[in-house]
Amino acid sequence: MGSTYVLKRLAIMVPIFFLVVTLVFFMIRFAPGGPFSSEKSVSPAILKNLEAKYHMDEPLLSQYVRYWKDLFRGDLGPSFKHANRSVNEIIEEALPISLELGLLSLTWAVLIGVSAGGLAALKPNTVYDYVPMAFSILGICLPTFVVGPVLVLVFGLWLQWLPVAGWETWQDRVLPSLTLGFAYAAYISRLTRGGLIEIRGQEFIRTARAKGLTEKEILIKHSLRGGLLPVVSYLGPALAGIITGALVTETIFNIPGLGRFFIESAVNRDYTVVMGTSLLYFTLIFVCNFLVDIVYAVLDPRVKYV
Amino acid sequence: MKTVFLTVYFLTLFQSFLFASTQILNLGNGTEPRDLDPHTVTGIPEFQIIQNLFEGLVGKDPKTLEPTPGVAESWKISKDGKIYTFKLRKNAKWSNGEPITASDFIYSWKRLLDPLTASEYAYQGYYIKGGKDFNQGKLKDPNQLGIKSADPYTLAVTLENPTPYFLSLLYHHSLYPVHRATVEKHGMRWTRPENMVSNGPFSLKKWQMNQLISVEKNPNYWDAGTVKLEKVNFYAVEKAETEEKMFLTKKLQVTSTVPTEKISPWTKDTSGVLKRHPYLGTYYYWINVNRPPLNNPLIRKALALAIDREKLVKYVVKGGQAPAEGFTPPGTGGFKPESRLPKDSSRVPEAKKLLAQAGFPEGKGLQPIEILYNTSESHKKIAEAIQQMWSENLGVQATLYNQEWKVFLDTQHSKNYMVSRAGWIADYNDPNTFLDMLTTGNGNNHAGWSNKMYDSLIEKAAKELNSKKRYEIFQKAEDILLEELPVIPLYVYTRIYLLSPDVQGWFENVEDIHPLKYVWMK
Repeated sequence: MGSTYVLKRLAIMVPIFFLVVTLVFFMIRFAPGGPFSSEKSVSPAILKNLEAKYHMDEPLLSQYVRYWKDLFRGDLGPSFKHANRSVNEIIEEALPISLELGLLSLTWAVLIGVSAGGLAALKPNTVYDYVPMAFSILGICLPTFVVGPVLVLVFGLWLQWLPVAGWETWQDRVLPSLTLGFAYAAYISRLTRGGLIEIRGQEFIRTARAKGLTEKEILIKHSLRGGLLPVVSYLGPALAGIITGALVTETIFNIPGLGRFFIESAVNRDYTVVMGTSLLYFTLIFVCNFLVDIVYAVLDPRVKYV
Repeated sequence: MKTVFLTVYFLTLFQSFLFASTQILNLGNGTEPRDLDPHTVTGIPEFQIIQNLFEGLVGKDPKTLEPTPGVAESWKISKDGKIYTFKLRKNAKWSNGEPITASDFIYSWKRLLDPLTASEYAYQGYYIKGGKDFNQGKLKDPNQLGIKSADPYTLAVTLENPTPYFLSLLYHHSLYPVHRATVEKHGMRWTRPENMVSNGPFSLKKWQMNQLISVEKNPNYWDAGTVKLEKVNFYAVEKAETEEKMFLTKKLQVTSTVPTEKISPWTKDTSGVLKRHPYLGTYYYWINVNRPPLNNPLIRKALALAIDREKLVKYVVKGGQAPAEGFTPPGTGGFKPESRLPKDSSRVPEAKKLLAQAGFPEGKGLQPIEILYNTSESHKKIAEAIQQMWSENLGVQATLYNQEWKVFLDTQHSKNYMVSRAGWIADYNDPNTFLDMLTTGNGNNHAGWSNKMYDSLIEKAAKELNSKKRYEIFQKAEDILLEELPVIPLYVYTRIYLLSPDVQGWFENVEDIHPLKYVWMK
C-alpha cells in the first residue's frame, strides 16, 4: 500500500475521462433532432442566429475542441434549455439536493440495515432472524416506484402526516429518503448478517467467548469491525448508485435534484447539460469506489496493495 | 399601560390572522419554464407566469376576454383599420419605479423582430409594417418599422393589413414591453429574480429550478389596488399524478391537468373542483399529400370519413372532448365553422364508395398506411382506435410506429412519413391562427399541401374588415381544406384541471386565460 497505488488509480482515470468526454460528445450530437427543433417551425434565418449564439454553426470538430478548452477552465457551457443558466449553475443548484437526498437515504439504509442484520446474526435461525430477512427480501424485490407511491398513499394521503411531494421543509425529506434507502437497507442487512455470521466462526471470537464475554460485547467489540467489511465495500457503489439512480424517487416526489436534469437533458438534446451531468456522474462513481478501496485497506490489515 | 400593550398586541395578532398570508395562491404549472423572457419563450407554462409579471398595451377581461386598458388607457383605430394610436397612462411604472413610455414599446418590439434575438414568436410582429422584412434581414433600418411616438405617451402603430384581431394579439407575451437598461446590462441573465424589472401586477421573487417560481404583488403597478393576492407560487410539477396528490393535500389550489385515468372518478365527485371546458385546440392527423397512395384526394377523404369521432372521444380519449367536425375549433374568435366531417359512422358507405372509385374496393391492393406518433400512451391508444376503424370500416390496413419527441419532430419536418399525429393550440383568438398554417410554404404546414385558391382566401381574410364577410371567407377556406384533407381533424381539445373552491375571480374560458390580478382567495 502506499502512494504508488493511489497514483496508479488516479492515472487510470485520465484516459477513461478522455474517452467519456469524447463518446458522450459525439453520441448526443449524432442523435436525431437538436436543441432547437421544436413543434412550431423556426424560420431558417432564426435557426441560424440561434445556432450562432451557441457556436453550433461551427464544424463539429472545432466544437469539440472548444468544449475541451472550456472544460479546462472549469466552464461547462450555457444550457440550451434553461436559457438564463449555465451548466455550472445548474449543477451548483441541483447537486447539493441530490447529495442531501443520497446521504439521508444512505443513513436510513445503514441504520436499518445494520441493526436488522445485527439482530439476525445475533440469533440466527430464530424469529429474530426470519422476520428481518423476510423484509429484506421484500426490500430487494420491491422497486422504488412501488415503495414510493405506497408510502405517499399511507403517510401522505391517508394519515396526512407527511407532505406528498416537494423539497422545502424537513418533513419533505422523510418519505423520499426512506423510499430510496429502503432497497439499500435490505442489501445492507443481508451483507451484515452474512459478514457477522462468518466472523463468529473465527478463532479470535472463540477466544473472546472463552474469556467469558457476553454475546453482545463480542458483537460490538470484536465482530463488527471485521463483519462489516462487506458492508463498507458496498457503501461506495451504493452511494454512487443512490446519487445517480435517484431519478425515479426524484420524479415521484418532485425533487429538483440532478437526476431529473440528467434524463431531461437527453430528451431535450440539451447537449451541454448532458455532457456536464455525465462527466459529474462519472467522477462521482470513480471517487466513491476509490475512497472505498482506501477505507478497506485501513479497516483490514490483510488487504495490501502493491 | 400594560393593558394598552396587550390590546395592541392582540389587535396586531388578530389583524395578521385576518389579512396576512391568506392571500397566497399555489398553482401547478406543468414543466419547468425555459425562461421568462417575453420575447424568446414559446410554452404555456412560461406564458402563465409572464402574463402576471408583465403587462402589454391592453389587458384582457377575465370573463369576456375583451381587450381592457392595460399600459394604454385608450386607443383609436383609423378608418382603414391600419393605424392604431395608443394613449399610454402616465402612472404606469416599472417595478423599479421608472415610468413606462412609448419608447419602451418601440425598443421591445424592435427587439422581438431583431434577427439577433432569434425569437420563435417573431411572426407575432409581422402585422406591423416592415416587421417581416426587418426580421428576415430585408429591411436593415429598424427606424422604418411602423412604430412611432409623437410624445412619450403616444404610440402610433402602422399595420401591413387591417388586422381585426390586433388588439387581442397585444395580450400575447411576445408584444409585452421589457426594461431596456436591465436587458442590456445583464444579457441572458436579466430574467433572474435578482435582476428582473417588470411592469405587471406581480414581480419575480424566487426561482428554484424544477421546483417553484414565486412572484409577489408589485407595489409599483398602476392598478395595484385591484390586486388582492400577495404571493403566487408556480410549482413545476411534471407528473399529473403528483400534482393531483398535491391538490388533495391542499398544497396546490389549482392544477394544470388531471391524470387521464382519474378523469372519470373525478367526474363523479360532487364538490365541483373538477373544471372542464372547451379549449381552442385541435387534435388531428397530418397527411403527407405527396406520398402515394395518399396523394390521391379520394383516399384521403375515404380515410377521413371512416372515423367515428364520437366513439373515439367517448371510449378512447375519455376527457369529455368534442368530435372535430371541422379544422378550426368552434368559437375561435366567434367563428363557428360548419360541420364537414361526420361525428359518427354515418358516412362510412360514402367512404367505401370513394375508396372503390380510387381503385381499391374494400381496400384491396392498397398498401398499409403508416401512422406515426410521438411516444405516449394516449397517442398510442388513439392511433390503435383509428387503425381498427379503418380496418373494420374500409378494409384498409394501417401500421403504427412511434418515435421519441425530438426524433418525431425531425421526421415531421423532413416530411418522411405518411400519416402523423399533431395538435395545434391557438396563439390568439382568431380563426387565422389555425388556417394560415396551411398556406403554401408555411413552416408549420407539414403536409406539403399547396392550394392557390386557399392561399388567396387567407390573404383576402387578412384584409377584410367586416367580420361577417371575413368569416364567410374563412368558411370557404375550411371547405377547401376539408375537401382536400391534408389534415384529418379528430377532436377539439378540452381543458381539464382541478380548482379549489377557495379560489375566487377565476373564470372558465376557451383561451384558458386567468389574469391573476383579478383572482383572490376566499
